[in-house]
Amino acid sequence: MKLGTKLIHSGTTVDPQTGALGVPIYQVSTYRQTSVDHFGKYDYARGDNPTREALEEAVAALEGGSRCLAFASGMAAISTTLMIFSPGDHLVVCDDVYGGAYRVLTSIFSRMGISSTFVDATDLQAIAAAIRPETRGLYLETPSNPLLKVTDLRGAAALARQHGLITLVDNTFMTPLLQRPLELGCDIVLHSGTKFLNGHSDVICGFSVTDNPELGQRIRYIQNAFGTGLGPQDSFLTLRGIKTLKVRMEQSQQTTAAIVDWLASHPRVTAVHYPGLAQHPGHAIHAAQADGPGAVVSFELDRFETTKRLLEQTRLAAFAVSLGGVESIISYPARMSHAAVPAEERARKGISDTLVRLSVGLEEADDLIADLEQAMGA
Amino acid sequence: MQLTTQAVQIGLEWDNRTGAVAVPIYQSATFRHPGLGQSTGFDYSRSGNPTRQTLEAGIARLDNAAHGFAYATGMAAITSLLLLFKAGDHLIVTEDLYGGTCRLFNQVFDQFGLTFSYVDTTDIAAVQTAIRPETRALFVETLTNPLLKFADLPVLATLAHQHGLLLIADNTFLTPYLLRPLEAGADIAVYSATKYLAGHNDTLAGLVTVHDPSLAERIYFHQNAAGATLGPQDAWLTIRGIKTLGVRLDRQQENARRIADWLAAHPRITKVHYPGLSEHPDHALMQHQARGFGAMIAFEVDKHALVEQVLLKTTLISFAESLGGVESLITFPQVQTHADIPPALRQRLGINDRLLRLSVGIEDADDLIEDLRQALEGY
Repeated sequence: MKLGTKLIHSGTTVDPQTGALGVPIYQVSTYRQTSVDHFGKYDYARGDNPTREALEEAVAALEGGSRCLAFASGMAAISTTLMIFSPGDHLVVCDDVYGGAYRVLTSIFSRMGISSTFVDATDLQAIAAAIRPETRGLYLETPSNPLLKVTDLRGAAALARQHGLITLVDNTFMTPLLQRPLELGCDIVLHSGTKFLNGHSDVICGFSVTDNPELGQRIRYIQNAFGTGLGPQDSFLTLRGIKTLKVRMEQSQQTTAAIVDWLASHPRVTAVHYPGLAQHPGHAIHAAQADGPGAVVSFELDRFETTKRLLEQTRLAAFAVSLGGVESIISYPARMSHAAVPAEERARKGISDTLVRLSVGLEEADDLIADLEQAMGA
Repeated sequence: MQLTTQAVQIGLEWDNRTGAVAVPIYQSATFRHPGLGQSTGFDYSRSGNPTRQTLEAGIARLDNAAHGFAYATGMAAITSLLLLFKAGDHLIVTEDLYGGTCRLFNQVFDQFGLTFSYVDTTDIAAVQTAIRPETRALFVETLTNPLLKFADLPVLATLAHQHGLLLIADNTFLTPYLLRPLEAGADIAVYSATKYLAGHNDTLAGLVTVHDPSLAERIYFHQNAAGATLGPQDAWLTIRGIKTLGVRLDRQQENARRIADWLAAHPRITKVHYPGLSEHPDHALMQHQARGFGAMIAFEVDKHALVEQVLLKTTLISFAESLGGVESLITFPQVQTHADIPPALRQRLGINDRLLRLSVGIEDADDLIEDLRQALEGY
């Protein structure tokens, strides 16, 4: 089955009792039992809920994994999954990792005895150099947030495997429609499902997907023990959002290409970061591992005044955090998604005060360009 | 203002634009910024959502606390609190603890270097003996699950604070309607709001209340950083549930009292644990400190074979996990809620193969008693 069809027909999409085409929203906490010795598959909704399960099956199928767990947020997915590691373990992490992930690694997991080294993951030698005897995991994002840097997932996963590391990839920007890290040799795929997967800026959710049954079982154990699973209403909405993933993503990508062309020739734009551009340093690697460049672009402006004007004067693109919705969203990484990263660390990573990130939605390209143009000024 | 009035007031004046008497369900992930460096107070729903915030302010008010926090489940709330501690820290915990909490402590946080001592927290001398230099907190259930022992919070708080420990009270079985843990000296109250607060067996939610601003700041940091927050639909349903907390619990307690009396007189029942009964060891203490005895009953049947019969023959009372809802539920703690407690400890505590736990709902008491009567017949 092709992915476009899987989006509509993965998992439990028909209710066996009524034939309803959508999975019912099981807004219930507990399930009546019929035997003292053998409880039914469902006993308490923290452990199992049919609505959440339908969503988990759908995302597992899309990523090509055997197990997917859905969480209350992308950060709940990341932090619950990272609990598979133990005190004394060390992780190698891409250096422009999402600020929220940076925060849990450096302020919570560090206190539990799990240490991290941040490296430029576009350089496989830098990853190899950071591996120590106690290293257990390699944590990647590609394209990264916000600089859209590209990591060679096949190469990184092969390197990790040689050293017995678990490779975790945050696939939020791409979604399984464009990139399937498990097929490239990675072990765990993480998502903020809030973004392109759900796609409507109306649900907070996250996923952890794996094809390794033992890892799947372990993550599922912690999900139930911690109680970080996604609620039924939000599960239903996300399942509903995923049905239009392909049409949304294809349209947004097309619009992004037009905006990128326009940005590249604008006199006030000094740099455009987008893996679809032939001059992007990771262009060839990205093309070899993904089916499209996605719908997030970041760019740098000539000075701070232009940046401020752009952020405050755009009318169509909402000035807000988050991304991946039907509405275009413009954000300011230095003070938003990466505010949790210390200033000098940010500067070293190239997250400057004139860097803007644009998540392209479903508005018409001409309207978005006209809006950016009026906001940026001549 | 009385608690029942406060409960009904939650969210009533939130929406200035329309005057809606219910807070809207803000099913929005993100919020538009008016300008650079400006915020409406809401940026991203994990960090703050108006519907969730209304619930958080509501539970804080009911608990007479300065701050409230809402999580995806009760276990997520407890997990988030444990992130306050670091490897090497030691916690003293009520020994007959909910199995899910016990599992989290022993099988997850244990490997991150936190250590736990399980003691009978109704025995103050035993608690005192368990305190070590590295002890950081005392975690108790105000009314324990499933044996319904009552924690003397003022005494525990004095002891905890003498030793610089945080007193964390899981108040799920009582709710602020019957006991306000922070007023009794606890530093943090935590709830599985899935139970009495939401009250309809239809929503999973966890809540935390705290008074101290610096503690609140750390709890907020972990709520936002680890992200196990409650979604807006579920936050809204929890608010909706809380509005009827008083009337539900009044009826549930009345029913529980009648059922406990009836069970105590039944020839096949060898023991009834209900603090509302005068022979319960904590009856007098609870009468003094709480505004009621709750609606949970644990009881022992005379032989194990009767357990299965009761679980399967009750028709109004559903055989299902969880508790606190409008529907009555019955469970077998040894294999359900407390399966993760080590067997030796379970036996010592009295969580045996004849113990059943009944969560009394708001059905008519006569119908519930009739259901139990027919289920206990025979044998």
